[in-house]
Amino acid sequence: MKVRMLLFAVLRDIVGADEREIEVADGVRAIDLWNDLRATHPRIAPYERPPFTAVNQDYVKPETVLHDGDEVAFIPPVSGG
Amino acid sequence: MTFLTDDPIDQQALIDAVLRRSDGALALFAGVVRDHHAGKAVESIFYECWRPMAEKEMAKIAAEVAAAYPDAAIAFVHRLGLLHVGEASIVIACASPHREEAFSACREVIERVKKTVPIWKREKGPDGEEWVGWQGQ
Repeated sequence: MKVRMLLFAVLRDIVGADEREIEVADGVRAIDLWNDLRATHPRIAPYERPPFTAVNQDYVKPETVLHDGDEVAFIPPVSGG
Repeated sequence: MTFLTDDPIDQQALIDAVLRRSDGALALFAGVVRDHHAGKAVESIFYECWRPMAEKEMAKIAAEVAAAYPDAAIAFVHRLGLLHVGEASIVIACASPHREEAFSACREVIERVKKTVPIWKREKGPDGEEWVGWQGQ
């Protein structure tokens, strides 16, 4: 199945992409995609968990299981206001 | 209403949106770009946002704070893009028959916006630019 991963701000700059379509196995969790990012990007590696995770524009726990067509967003620490 | 703007915030429009003849109190809060952060000089801040999610979160905050303070009328706008020292990044207007609700609602809105709305700032100073909040830049 396929999911879409969105990255913003500092995460987008580190990874060098704001959006990726990824082919994943059934049962994959958001945190599994995060761990793939940690493995390939030393500046993400220290973060055992993403600061925020959203699936289809709702904040969720990173252990959330993804489904075909889901849009998963990894959100750096927010600093609005 | 929309909670995001790319232009300077129209404070009077927010006041006009909330103030009723029955109100005796108007609390206004503005978050402003300051010239320093964590011991470093700041010249400007670039605000980036995930718009659909931010609009959704801000609408949720508006609804929940309005429910918690039923006598208060609430309006707020966050500005995006490049802002310089002294410019307002967010303005919140809360009107109420009495001051207590107006102050409390206003405080509640800013605290919640800072916690959950997907907006990020990149500060620029004499030494370069840096996203705020990421460990191990």
